[in-house]
Amino acid sequence: MGESLTPSSNAERNEGTIFWVVGFVLLFVLPVLNVLPTENSWLHVSDFALNRFGKFLAFAILALGLDLIWGYAGILSLGQGVFFGLGAYCMGMHLMLTIGNESVYGSALPDFMVWNQVTELPFFWKPFYSFSAAVLAGLLVPACFALVFGFLAFRSRIRGVYFAIITQALALMAWLVFNRNETNLGGTNGLTDFKTILGFRLSDPGTQLALYVVTVLCLGGAYLLCRWIIGSRAGRVLIAIRDSEQRVLFSGYSPANYKLFVFVVSAALAGLAGMLYVPQVGIITPAQMGVLPSLETVIWVAVGGRATLVGAIVGAVGVNLGRSILTNHFPELWPFFLGGLFVVVVLLFPDGVMGITRTLSEKLTMWSARLRKAPAAEEEQA
Amino acid sequence: MRRVVWIALVWWSVAWVVTDVPAAEALTGASPPSPLEQALQALYSDEEATREQAVRVLIEQGDATLLPRLDELRAHADRSLRMAIKPVADAWRHRDDLASPDADIRRSAATDLGTSGRAVAIPWLEAAAGFESHHWVRYAMDESAQLLKLASDDPAIKAQAATKLGELRSQNAVPALKALVQAAEESGGTEQQKPLARAATAAIDRIETWNVWSTAIETVFRGISLSSILLIMSVGLAIVFGLMGVINMAHGELMMIGAYATFVMQECFKLYVPSSWFDSYYLAALPASFLAAAVFGLILEATVIRFLYGRPLETMLATWGVSLILIQAARIYFGDLTAVTAPAWLNGGAQVMVGVFLPFNRLFIIGLSILCVMGIYALLFRSSLGLRVRAVTQNRNMSACLGIPTRKVDAYTFAFGSGLAGIAGWALTLVGNVEPGLGQNYIVDSFMVVVTGGVGKLAGTIIASLGIGGLNKLMEPSLGAVYGKVLILVLVILFLQRRPSGLFAVKGRQAEG
Repeated sequence: MGESLTPSSNAERNEGTIFWVVGFVLLFVLPVLNVLPTENSWLHVSDFALNRFGKFLAFAILALGLDLIWGYAGILSLGQGVFFGLGAYCMGMHLMLTIGNESVYGSALPDFMVWNQVTELPFFWKPFYSFSAAVLAGLLVPACFALVFGFLAFRSRIRGVYFAIITQALALMAWLVFNRNETNLGGTNGLTDFKTILGFRLSDPGTQLALYVVTVLCLGGAYLLCRWIIGSRAGRVLIAIRDSEQRVLFSGYSPANYKLFVFVVSAALAGLAGMLYVPQVGIITPAQMGVLPSLETVIWVAVGGRATLVGAIVGAVGVNLGRSILTNHFPELWPFFLGGLFVVVVLLFPDGVMGITRTLSEKLTMWSARLRKAPAAEEEQA
Repeated sequence: MRRVVWIALVWWSVAWVVTDVPAAEALTGASPPSPLEQALQALYSDEEATREQAVRVLIEQGDATLLPRLDELRAHADRSLRMAIKPVADAWRHRDDLASPDADIRRSAATDLGTSGRAVAIPWLEAAAGFESHHWVRYAMDESAQLLKLASDDPAIKAQAATKLGELRSQNAVPALKALVQAAEESGGTEQQKPLARAATAAIDRIETWNVWSTAIETVFRGISLSSILLIMSVGLAIVFGLMGVINMAHGELMMIGAYATFVMQECFKLYVPSSWFDSYYLAALPASFLAAAVFGLILEATVIRFLYGRPLETMLATWGVSLILIQAARIYFGDLTAVTAPAWLNGGAQVMVGVFLPFNRLFIIGLSILCVMGIYALLFRSSLGLRVRAVTQNRNMSACLGIPTRKVDAYTFAFGSGLAGIAGWALTLVGNVEPGLGQNYIVDSFMVVVTGGVGKLAGTIIASLGIGGLNKLMEPSLGAVYGKVLILVLVILFLQRRPSGLFAVKGRQAEG
């Protein structure tokens, strides 16, 4: 199933151009359109739209991480939401602590602790007073968790359907545990009501614009990192593992180490996505790390096209855009649409949007070649 | 205002009874007023002592035939009078109920009398226990009588009752016994109290040891009951997984279809069948739920799964999509919460020991899962279809070469596995609501069962579901449901370290597929 998924060098060159064009649009054109034109101009990008787009781009980082392990190494993880949630909670805890006395109860403790009659800040909250520690934790906590989990899983050669099921169970457990009040992480309500980040008001459009720009930069960085990993020797081994793990094993490589490495990277990317998501959306609840959000990530990648990094980004943004439009107008229909998307994409378009565009462009070149040849042939006949 | 009127009325009636005896005689039938009549009148008294005396007399000498009189009284009584009457009426009623034809009523009457603390009831209870045929009702009567004796004034009777209660392993007696021990300790222990305290302590020990055992038995029972639900669910999943390498994420929703088929059958019976036949809807729902789920499974196989053959991960995703659609469809069509009334013959339960009560619906599910497993064994190992299924599971290409229509075997087996999910849904209606999310509650657990049990071996599925279901219930009391589940996930992962392909892995080259 793998051969057709490996992008040809031609497509890779195309991806490079697309990367710079899209990067320019996201990083300069959209913010400029947000700031310069007047509110009523058709060119104006509203604060709300930009903020929403920033959220989608954070999701795109999550999708990139999943594409890295699923598309290139053949590991289907149905628990990416857990790593996303861990990163998000790390950032959320920091933002909770910066609220300080501005909270509803005027206590230095987060509001939910006041409700739950917690009088002293639990020890694991204390490091999160520092922003840099929170950012570090947001990357390292998911990564370390993935390291332990992945070590156990890959060492005993749990893969394929087995790995998918175990990670799905992991997502369910994480959801259950984070819902509990005694873990001191806000229970069902999660963490919310954030006020400032690094001293800037979160309600300020300028802050949101800056967060958007940071998200775009992080997405670009994540994309380049994934590109680099895939292009490296390790990346070639990963693709080989995806196509036949047995042969890689018999060739003297240790698939478990390669898989563990890429799994940890993808968990860190998911954590990064979570950290960018929280200040832009303003809330993180256990519902974001359950079974369904984790599976939705998979469908983003499937829609965009497995094993194409651009596809993951396109899928994440496209599906989420569709979601926010559909849930606005027909809230009851969204599950049908999502479910239908799973079925249709898997059955009819296994290579997703990128696959469709690739076939289309191949057809186009064939057509144009034939058109160019046809007159020549006529001339010969004449 | 009313109170004043009442007081005046009471004074008047008392004065009338005292001064004008012949007139009262004329009213009650020319005989001197019976003590009961006097007591009934004395209820109106304002003095606490007189009233209590009257209540005691009424309880001891009256019976349920006087209830209409009491109701009449209550009809225009104030609150304190009603409060005074209540124990009288209760005692009469319970005494009457002791002879009721319904065992449950006899039993609850006996229990209530035991907690009422009225020593008069002891002879009633002992008399009733004398010709009681139902074992557990007699037990309740004995227990109540001893409980009442425990409250008596004579230390010897008390000690005897304490010993007796210990022998009965009476859970209800523990607070009273503990109070006795404490009282003995506080008073420093006079000579009289010492044997009593000793007897009480011994009884408490005995009851509590028994408690440990009965709790253990109940936990094991709950574990087996959960396991059997998991087993019915996972068996279909495991057979399909073994045969086609496919995990059907919509398996839980096939279960939901079975549950809704049961619900629809119930509604149909309500509409079209005489109500005396209503209870048989549940039996009629068995084939309905099996067929509904099986037909749906057949459609699912024909439209989605057959095109994804050899791509297990993609199959997971597609079937997950199907499950999302099914859940939402059920939510829109049936609404969020519908319930099935269990048939009358599955209500209640069997008491097998003191403190161990086994509900019939759970027993039914356990029996059903045993039947299912036996049926599947028969089908797989005693029928030609089963032979084919096993052949294709072992080596698909070779079976195809030998002329087995592997595609058809796939379709039939998938339909059969789906039908089993339908039966699981049918059974689940007994223990919970019928709701769109029904399947989601158990599905992750049953996936774990399949992973732990290994591919293609029925025994693995059975042992794994017993293990996971049992552990779940075993850890629930101490760790809570959430951390129990987390621990099970950890245990499963650790278990897979030693046996990566489950309990009964296929050995050799084909294991790598």
